[in-house]
Amino acid sequence: MKNLNRRDFFKSAAAGVSMVTIGAASVKGADKRLSEDRVGVLVDTDVCVGCRHCEWACKTAHDLPTADLDNYSDKAVFKEYRRPDAGALTVVNEFDNEKNPALPVHLKIQCMHCERPACVSACIVGAFAKREDGSVVWDSDKCIGCRYCMVACPFQIPTYDYDKAIQPMIRKCDFCSDRRDKGQLPACVSICPNEALVFGKRVDLIQIAKSRIKRKSDVYVNHIYGENEVGGTSWMYIASKNFDKLKMPPLALNPAPGISETIQHGIFAYFVPPVTLYALLGLMMWVTKRRKSEKNEKLQENNEEKGVKS
Amino acid sequence: MIPAPVKHKFFTPGVFILIILALNGLAFLAVRFVSGIGAVTNLDNVTPWGLWIGVDVAAGVALAAGGFTSAALGHVMHREEYHVIVRPALLTAMLGYTFVAFGVFVDIGRFYYIWHPLIMWNGNSALFEVGICVMIYLTVLYIEFMPIVTERFIGRVNLPDFISFLNKPIDRALRYIDSRLSITMFIFIIAGVVLSTLHQSSLGTLMVIAGQKMHPLWQTPILPLLFLLSAIAVGFPMVIFESLFASRSFKMKPEMHVLSKLGGMIAPIIGIYLAFKIGDMFIRETFKYITLFDTPSIMFIAEMGLLVIAFVMFISNRVTHSPLGLFIASALVIAGVLLNRINNFIVAYNPYYNPVKYIPSFGEISVTVGCIALLVLVYRVVVMIFPVISQDKEDIIKKI
Repeated sequence: MKNLNRRDFFKSAAAGVSMVTIGAASVKGADKRLSEDRVGVLVDTDVCVGCRHCEWACKTAHDLPTADLDNYSDKAVFKEYRRPDAGALTVVNEFDNEKNPALPVHLKIQCMHCERPACVSACIVGAFAKREDGSVVWDSDKCIGCRYCMVACPFQIPTYDYDKAIQPMIRKCDFCSDRRDKGQLPACVSICPNEALVFGKRVDLIQIAKSRIKRKSDVYVNHIYGENEVGGTSWMYIASKNFDKLKMPPLALNPAPGISETIQHGIFAYFVPPVTLYALLGLMMWVTKRRKSEKNEKLQENNEEKGVKS
Repeated sequence: MIPAPVKHKFFTPGVFILIILALNGLAFLAVRFVSGIGAVTNLDNVTPWGLWIGVDVAAGVALAAGGFTSAALGHVMHREEYHVIVRPALLTAMLGYTFVAFGVFVDIGRFYYIWHPLIMWNGNSALFEVGICVMIYLTVLYIEFMPIVTERFIGRVNLPDFISFLNKPIDRALRYIDSRLSITMFIFIIAGVVLSTLHQSSLGTLMVIAGQKMHPLWQTPILPLLFLLSAIAVGFPMVIFESLFASRSFKMKPEMHVLSKLGGMIAPIIGIYLAFKIGDMFIRETFKYITLFDTPSIMFIAEMGLLVIAFVMFISNRVTHSPLGLFIASALVIAGVLLNRINNFIVAYNPYYNPVKYIPSFGEISVTVGCIALLVLVYRVVVMIFPVISQDKEDIIKKI
């Protein structure tokens, strides 16, 4: 508790230093423009069998090159921990299950579609947007390829085409926004044979997750990953193992953009601080100039007097 | 002492080395623009920013801070005695920021969209703020440099015969620009100082959003303040370093009467920076990471050590009055701030999933070194054409 207070004190001290007056309140809490009915997906890793059909469906839906679905039953890929990249927006990894070694834990990773996304806050040209329905999408027409979104993302999700000189893409799961606009489910959700992926309203998913944890409290860890992490995410997970053992980053609960927006708006605050600084410097310039010319006049007078005397 | 074009032969062994380094960098740049960033750099999805952002952009902006600190001293506070350093510092800033812009152009994947931030705004983004401020400030720097161009060419426009009819109109245009600028220059000078304080600090805000991905020794909410203070602290040392370097290279007498006084102002500024840096360390209780002696802790100790030694040196009168002492102390500050920027953008960036720690590739280093070499060469060309460096009247006459 002591630590927390100190940190809070420090935050406000820092805010004071950067002349924060406005904007501090706007960072906390979910965006008001978000719909109450915004959607998400609950990933139940206890149900997932690691068939990787979601990987295939995702690639097919996004026109990415892929092998035939039959080849996906090969378990050899699980030997190495994989991450999403320019060729795969989602991947499934396998982890040991100490409670039941015959049934390893499978965990699918993709963009979490944060409630308060760092990428949206960071992007220099506003190429990322949080849609009312909860999904976070990227606009290729705006992107300049600076990769600040990748620096900002707490889940290390956006990827970049390092091999392309012209029109490299930032790639990440877009929650199948095209499909959903047509009333379809996300490709991964619709193909999942075991209903390990539950699509629905975010508020309902939290209730479902809670009831599943309660019903099988011997199986699940009492933690809905994504309910509160970085201010909450649209995709959430329940699992039989601690999430840091599943390589999900242990994250703080404050929104991902953190205090960077507070600082940013503090420095600008309707341009008051910069304009004030400008005025102060102008005043200083004027005063020192007058002082200097007075001095010069005096020098001149002195010289003239001396000239008269000699 | 009046500013005049330096009369000296251009090619020396050092210049040839610089040309080779520049060409080597340009060769790797060609590969980057043909085959993509991945072909030259060691960057990947885990480490999206590396040497080019850390050194070419972040350190470049910091080391060009001499431009606004000396403008504030010479023009805003009207300290006439420092006018001899304003022009060299202005040129450094102008060229420095030009290369920062070039560094950004090289590093962003879609370089042909570099103008997008002008019309696509995101007020929440620290990077947007830095980008816009740097663009405007670069324009201001070129405007501030205009009087040096008009001074050089008014009454001396002498084009080859076939376009010699343009001599008069160009001369008239130069005179017009000169008369307009002499009235309005104060607007740009103040704007330059304000823009600098804004983006120097916002450059610190950049990494705040990386949150837990950044090592706690550097991740702090006062990063913007630390960046601003360290930029101010490195401004004058950079001016001194360059001035001493230039006078040695061009075989001129160092302007010690000005440089010593300038050196006397540096210790308090570094002191304030160190006070905030160390205070922050105690408030956030991060000193426990220093004794781990892993890479971050060693880099942190190195960064702080350089600045503490420089601080102690600048307190001494003997140091500030000897060219060698000033040169070494200034070099230490520059090295300390350079290392701080490298630490903030590269060493401190250690995300949760990080299987291979990033080390810059030979190509990346070549491009960075090549850009610096090119900058020094352009600096040399400009001071030989334009009246930037102040010299004794007798010296000028003797050399002619």
